[in-house]
Amino acid sequence: MTETQTPTWAFGLITLGKGLAVLVGLLTAAAYLTWLERRLLARFQLRLGPNRVGPFGLLQPLADGLKLMMKETFLPQEADRAVFLIAPALSMLAALLAFAVIPFGPPLELWGVKLFQLADPDVGVLFVLAVSSLGVYGVILGGWASASKYSLLGGLRSSAQMISYELAVGLAIVGVILLSGTLRLSEIVAQQAEGVWNVFLQPLGFLLFVIGGIAETNRAPFDLPEAEHELVGGFHTEYAGMRFASFFVAEYGHMVVMASVATTLFLGGWDGPFVEQAPLLGLLWFALKVFAFMFLFIWLRATLPRVRYDQLMSLGWKVLIPLALLNLTLTAAGVAALGAS
Amino acid sequence: MTEYVAILIYLGLALVVAATLLAVNAVLGPPPRPSRDKIMPYESGIPPLMSARRRFHVRYHVIAMIFLVFDLEIAFIYPWAVVYRELGWLGFWEMMVFLGILVIGLLYAWKRGALRWE
Repeated sequence: MTETQTPTWAFGLITLGKGLAVLVGLLTAAAYLTWLERRLLARFQLRLGPNRVGPFGLLQPLADGLKLMMKETFLPQEADRAVFLIAPALSMLAALLAFAVIPFGPPLELWGVKLFQLADPDVGVLFVLAVSSLGVYGVILGGWASASKYSLLGGLRSSAQMISYELAVGLAIVGVILLSGTLRLSEIVAQQAEGVWNVFLQPLGFLLFVIGGIAETNRAPFDLPEAEHELVGGFHTEYAGMRFASFFVAEYGHMVVMASVATTLFLGGWDGPFVEQAPLLGLLWFALKVFAFMFLFIWLRATLPRVRYDQLMSLGWKVLIPLALLNLTLTAAGVAALGAS
Repeated sequence: MTEYVAILIYLGLALVVAATLLAVNAVLGPPPRPSRDKIMPYESGIPPLMSARRRFHVRYHVIAMIFLVFDLEIAFIYPWAVVYRELGWLGFWEMMVFLGILVIGLLYAWKRGALRWE
């Protein structure tokens, strides 16, 4: 470790800079994903989508954000004041914090501090799983605190769905860990950059992770918590203004985190052509891979009908988890056989 | 340790940003003028029939219980997966015994209808 050589001020300065850059990046990404989603959905449905505010409607997210900031905030009747106020912030924080350990660029260092990763703890995978699953609290607390039936049902469904699919996601990742032998995300990427991307060794694990990830971010076709036709807005029915927007930032931030984790674990992270000659290209490759996932998320929403809740739960428990266990067994047997020979 | 200090610094920044975003709303928005109709819980336009603080179905509780079992199981599998290469076939069969017991548990819950949603 270069810990002893790095001056404290340099470490603090770089970390602050990185943190601010990541936060601004994530919030901008979340804002512009709403624009992208509306534009793409419109194209899928032979419409134009928002194109009036600025060129190609590019200022639409700013207009929306400003409008939401100027909305009246009030407390619904019977709502639990403290919990009602904390829930959206908690939801947003969980999504933002989970990104802290993602290596979004090659391991370049300045004064011994990694530039393109906020922190690289040796339990990176566990950190992402733990922190991103804290988002469930925001959802269920927000749903409960609103004291509205739609919110309560939406929050309950959402949390049952998120914890069920978290298992499938957690088990799907084990295959990657068996191959890499480490939980440190930067090492998992480095191994893939030297060898072959994990998606080729873990096709089933990748598929399970993506399906579980879509369900965990409450996206279509698993967007039951926000099933408009039966639950209005689900857990955020009673929210307005920036509190409502916080839940949206959380949802899109969570999508970015899911896509980043999938990229890191399965698609080689920042690895790509010419990345050795020009390391900065790594940032572009990473962004492109995450963007591809975003496009997939939106494409699925435009294509697939929403599943029923009982179908959703049986898919999670009776298909994905058994398949994930099978994947784990096969991978373990494969690693043992290759190691023994 | 530095890694966790970095995470703490980032958490502090994120807290400030989240608090600012929420505070801006209070500054820019009009002062709250709640009225009886405005703060009424939304129920598709009709006055709410009962309080929303009611009992909900027990199957959410059952799912939470099974989740706890499996989540703990995953917590055991992760360290095993990290050191797996050193364990070899012995580690493989040990994990198979462990997983076998849990799969029997899952099948039992399945047969008893804990995963049924109708």
